[in-house]
Amino acid sequence: MSKGGIADHIEAQEKETLASSGLDSSEETRSASFLQKDSRVFFSRSFSSDVEILDIREALEKIPEAKENYGRAFKTLNREYPQDTEGGYFIRIKKGAVVQMPIQACLFLKSQGFKQKVHNIVIVEEGAKVYLITGCSASTAAREGFHLGISEFFIHKGAYLNFTMIHSWQEEVSVKPMSIALLDEDAVYVSNYICMRPVKEITMYPTAMLSGERSRASFNSLVLSHPDCLQDIGSRAILRAKNTQAEMTARAVSLGGNVISRGHIKAESPLVKGHLECRGLMLSEKGHIYAIPEMETDFRDVDLSHEAAIGKISKDEIEYLCARGFSENEAQSIIVRGFMDANILGLPEMLRKEISAIEEQTLKGSF
Amino acid sequence: MLEIIDLSVQVGKKMILRDINLVIRENVPAVLFGPNGSGKSTLLKAIMGFSGYQLKKGDIVFNGKKLNDLPIEKRVSLGLGIMFQNPPKITGVKLLQIARFLSQDEQKVQELAERLSLKNHLDRDINAGFSGGEMKRSELFQIIMQDPRMLLLDEPESGVDLENISIMGKALNDYLKQPGKSALMITHTGYILDYVKADNGCVMIEGELWCVGNPKEMFESIRKNGYGKCKECLHVQGRDS
Repeated sequence: MSKGGIADHIEAQEKETLASSGLDSSEETRSASFLQKDSRVFFSRSFSSDVEILDIREALEKIPEAKENYGRAFKTLNREYPQDTEGGYFIRIKKGAVVQMPIQACLFLKSQGFKQKVHNIVIVEEGAKVYLITGCSASTAAREGFHLGISEFFIHKGAYLNFTMIHSWQEEVSVKPMSIALLDEDAVYVSNYICMRPVKEITMYPTAMLSGERSRASFNSLVLSHPDCLQDIGSRAILRAKNTQAEMTARAVSLGGNVISRGHIKAESPLVKGHLECRGLMLSEKGHIYAIPEMETDFRDVDLSHEAAIGKISKDEIEYLCARGFSENEAQSIIVRGFMDANILGLPEMLRKEISAIEEQTLKGSF
Repeated sequence: MLEIIDLSVQVGKKMILRDINLVIRENVPAVLFGPNGSGKSTLLKAIMGFSGYQLKKGDIVFNGKKLNDLPIEKRVSLGLGIMFQNPPKITGVKLLQIARFLSQDEQKVQELAERLSLKNHLDRDINAGFSGGEMKRSELFQIIMQDPRMLLLDEPESGVDLENISIMGKALNDYLKQPGKSALMITHTGYILDYVKADNGCVMIEGELWCVGNPKEMFESIRKNGYGKCKECLHVQGRDS
């Protein structure tokens, strides 16, 4: 399964799509890699003794913690989850390990009409720190298809997980990620979502349950919506313990597509904080952006706030840049790139540059 | 260099400027005085070609080329540049990004940023969270990088503390001393005149240009007597364009 490098398992015509979802095929900048095409896991390897990475099916046979945690996050929230999955990854970071290079996981839809259904588990043990990039993409051959991704994240005491998911689909692919993160005391979870390419429909509402005191979650998303796309994208944080915090930042640009940007912060404990920001840019006469920020609590000592703004690009901003010598089209493009600034993702410099380059490459073809 | 000929400009349904005539020559910067709301900024914006400033009559000519229907960036490419009074903040667009577009000389970018105390602002979103003075310095920084021949300055010193006025004034003066440069500047405080050598001054009142003279003398007179006196003077002297 893991002979050679990940590049040995990538066909020439798959390269560009996989790169657009964050794959470093040289693996030089990664601490571990995982590749699944349709239902088959082609490759998994770790360069670090602190990182375990393998097919979930294998993990369920060999690793007791995989079995113990399988479905646990969903049960905690009394939520159902599909049982008919095939594959997915199991990743575990050892206690106290600070993993410098990110881990990469690629879930690739290869065959036309295929329904890919995966179940992933990530365990970040006490005090560990890790960056995980999951790239979900479809081959040009799979114009039509379906992807269901179930993910459970267990972030133990004082641990840090930065999970960046990059989607790069095709026009007729429907996508449904379902994820739940459970945070213990002082744990930090950063969930980034980037989707710049056309897709038929995406529905997702990842949830973070902050049960440990002083734990923090932030959700950031950058979405470019092409004509005829429907992206119903939300994030939810349940602040169950004192001094927990959640932040949500959503940026959506509609080129004629439909975006529903949801956000829900539920304060189930006093002395918690939450802030939700949603901004949308409409670049076309067609398309639709619907922002739904929600906040709720039964307690007085909470600090919850939100801000939302939707509109077209300000003429003042365009003319300001034109007065510096940019053409109107260049100015618009600079403003949109700025709006989709990868700086909001809380990534280290190297990874931020990498994500910016992917964004730049995708945006180049979109205007 | 820049000629404004019988120019009338409308904003919305209101005629703001009427029959403006003005000539600014190379290396002879001019100062525009006038009370708030008299139309000074409108003149600068109309010269740059911003939307909403409709030319109803007359011409704007720069080095023999009529600008009337040219888009903003074309005017910029011909050598016009403006320092904004209230620049917009643009999320995610860094000051350094704009500077690098305006000049490929990285050393020049860094040196000027140092001179204008903007080193720490280069990686920030443009104008976001900048104080009034920082905005003005950032504007001056950009415009010097842009290197226009004709500089339009809309209250370059407002909101700037005295120490920074001195830094900005000197940088501006160095810039305008170069051959082939000129400027039209609006000032209320007159501080900038201590640094920038301007030869001509004129007053705009209710959308019309009146009176031409030595800017320092004019400023002193306005300071003592206010703009009301200018109007009285006009009744005696008649219009002077």
